[in-house]
Amino acid sequence: MARVGGAALKTAGLALVLAVACALPFAMSGFRVFQFTQVLIYAIAILGLNMLTGFNGQISLGHGAFYGIGAYTTAIMIDKWNIGYGWTIPVAAAVCLVVGFLFGRPALRLEGLYLALATFALALAVPQILKYFEHWTGGSQGIVLSKPKAPWGLPLNEDQWLYFVTLGVLIVLFILASNLLSGRTGRAIKAIRDNHIAAEAMGVNSALYKSVVFGVSAAYTGVAGALSGIAIAFVAPDTFDVFLSFTLLTGVVIGGLATISGAIFGALFVQFVPNWAQDISKAAPWAIFGIFLIVFMYVMPHGIAGFLRLLWIRMTRSAVMRGKAEGEVQ
Amino acid sequence: MPALLEAENLEAQYGWTKVLHGLGFAVESGGITAILGANGAGKTTTLRAVCGMVKTAGSVRFEGQRIDGMATEDIVRLGIAHTPEGRGTFMELTVEENLRLGAYVRKDRGAIARDFDRVYQYFPVLGQRQRQQAGTLSGGEQQMLAVARALMSRPRLLLLDEPSLGLAPLVTREIFRIVRAINKDEGVSVLLVEQNAAMALELADHAYLLETGRVVMSGSAAELRKDDSIRRSYLGY
Amino acid sequence: MDIFIQQVVSGLATGGIYASLALALVMIYQATDVVNFAQGSMAMFSTYLCWSLLQAGLPYWVAFVATLVIAFAGGILIERVVIRPVENAPILSIVIVTIGLLVILVSVAGWIYSYIQKPFPSPFPNKPIKIGNIVFGAHDLGAIGITLVVLLLLFLFFRYTTLGLAMRAAAQNPTSSRLCGIRVGWMLALGWGLAATFGAVAGMIVAPVVFLDPNMMGGIQIYAFAAATVGGFTSPLGAVVGGFLVGVTENLVGTYVSFIGTELKMTVALAMIIIVLLVKPSGLFGRSFVRRV
Repeated sequence: MARVGGAALKTAGLALVLAVACALPFAMSGFRVFQFTQVLIYAIAILGLNMLTGFNGQISLGHGAFYGIGAYTTAIMIDKWNIGYGWTIPVAAAVCLVVGFLFGRPALRLEGLYLALATFALALAVPQILKYFEHWTGGSQGIVLSKPKAPWGLPLNEDQWLYFVTLGVLIVLFILASNLLSGRTGRAIKAIRDNHIAAEAMGVNSALYKSVVFGVSAAYTGVAGALSGIAIAFVAPDTFDVFLSFTLLTGVVIGGLATISGAIFGALFVQFVPNWAQDISKAAPWAIFGIFLIVFMYVMPHGIAGFLRLLWIRMTRSAVMRGKAEGEVQ
Repeated sequence: MPALLEAENLEAQYGWTKVLHGLGFAVESGGITAILGANGAGKTTTLRAVCGMVKTAGSVRFEGQRIDGMATEDIVRLGIAHTPEGRGTFMELTVEENLRLGAYVRKDRGAIARDFDRVYQYFPVLGQRQRQQAGTLSGGEQQMLAVARALMSRPRLLLLDEPSLGLAPLVTREIFRIVRAINKDEGVSVLLVEQNAAMALELADHAYLLETGRVVMSGSAAELRKDDSIRRSYLGY
Repeated sequence: MDIFIQQVVSGLATGGIYASLALALVMIYQATDVVNFAQGSMAMFSTYLCWSLLQAGLPYWVAFVATLVIAFAGGILIERVVIRPVENAPILSIVIVTIGLLVILVSVAGWIYSYIQKPFPSPFPNKPIKIGNIVFGAHDLGAIGITLVVLLLLFLFFRYTTLGLAMRAAAQNPTSSRLCGIRVGWMLALGWGLAATFGAVAGMIVAPVVFLDPNMMGGIQIYAFAAATVGGFTSPLGAVVGGFLVGVTENLVGTYVSFIGTELKMTVALAMIIIVLLVKPSGLFGRSFVRRV
């Protein structure tokens, strides 16, 4: 009984959220719309990282690199070859898919901490590499683009158009992820995270899955990077530093490891909380942010989505579900 | 006279799963009590419950004082030593360091030094391997080390969890012989958990039979040895 | 040849700094599986406290020792107050907490002391020391000396004292440690205290060279990661050896390989990390684990 009610409630909830999301850009100023576009972009990137780290157990401290590769792919294609921005997005995805897969292969032997270190080193190297290949990347100056206008004479300004483009991409990617992560593939991916030796013993090709997940995860983050390049109309090497990778990881953990909705919560957190922190204290805004981070982890160690899930379980008061959910949340 | 260790209505759970249901048992001062049962009956959980290593309800009394709800490190300081399932050896430390840790809670330096000698008398093989890394010892030697480590704390009650596990019968016999000696000569009471019912009933005075977290039979070891159903189900003949 | 020896000694001096910070990282990782991203900023903050003590007029070595004591207490406090509430949370959540701590410490230091670089005194005289034909900086030799003394004390502590043994036991096997009556929680706190102390040593040695500022330890922490990776994240000895190796390598590469200017210097650290991870992830002294399923 609770299950049927739950599904209907869930669909209704999603529809409501979607409606609100579509209404947003008409209810606020251009800058706010831009901020929410950034939230959607972060959400895609965070979902990508969550696929790898939350669902598949491979820790990456270097996803900022793929974000940057996506952004620069877009920028170079638009700037050097005059390709329409729409086409650059799938290309960015493809490039990052391949790079991610190629990185994933040698990284297979690395577990936990060691993978984290390798990706950390990657993240540190990226700004340097970007500056080095000046001819393509414009070096430290970066590449300047122009914001696309809404096509077909639609009554939307540039910020609103970009918002809806991003929203559209997000919806497609989230549905894709949801399908990928449920069902047999999803179970295999999670099994590898929980006990890869047992998974192998049951016939799961751990090496293949892990590399593919790495690639897909990189592709998602690359798409986010591409969108951000288009939205901001500017790319520069120092934007894609280690700090970005840490921001994405923070978004994953705050949102909730191994959850899809967590990506949205995490994105909202990393976009808006630093601003609030600055409002609270001009002198030491990052101290306030740090306090937010710590308090969040005390109250919701499994992230916002994890916390909400626990709340939902408690409210529906089904002891069987509780036992099952507690086991999963573990 | 109240028993040394007394459990009443003891319940224990792992997460949301209840494993022990209203257990009651006692260990007399100076005696050896065995808890028998098949795999999964809850024997190891019982010892862990006594030591505060799992979430419990009900009461456990040691020398009249309630110890349920206390932290493991505090319970141990009252005079209880626990040789855990799998021996709990500090693999990367030497034999001597393992023993030193056994005596961690004690302050009487001189007596500790004498206890080293005593323990090496009971287990000469440990004396030979003092500086060896504990992880390189054989299973039987590690079991001896575990018992020796427990002895170093001069306990009044020794909790032994499945000492025969993974050991050859001869080695097990040797360990049981030493446990009997420790019990007779030093007055250390023993609560023994064992799958090997035959050996356990030879050693113990009193025994309990556990099935899925409940006591289904109890009595003196002599009685249980003669009981037909136990003979057939647990002693195999 | 003289230049070679000079660079090696200079590399050992910076290596000592990396070794101290790497040791701190490894100590905490070994006991808790958590990488404390705030280690460097804790060291930075301790160094600022030392600066304040010096400003108040304390003689150098008094301030030095006082800072070590404060850092020790601070480390224990941080573990008990900040880390303990999340000690049972998923590892990544605890890592996020350390990142939060990092950010707080840098921000508060900037707020109290400003982001302007400050000079920090060295207890060693500025004049160079000549041994044979080779000239060494007094600070370099002093740095190596301090590092070695601290490491020796630590080694003696862990090897020969009961408390040191208990700490090792608690890090390796918390369950069995509790069964021996060891208060594992406090052993962890002590570990954090010691780690903070090493960090403070590293901070006070490096500050005279790079000048004191809130972001001082950022690059050094990366080198400390490289050191711990090279030596093995599961081996304190490895962290120390790794630190010296990284320091010397960095200096030699910087001297003898022409296109690595100061800009690409960090590349050396990164390259070492990648190479070690490709060849032997567990590092020189680390153990490859055989896992039982």
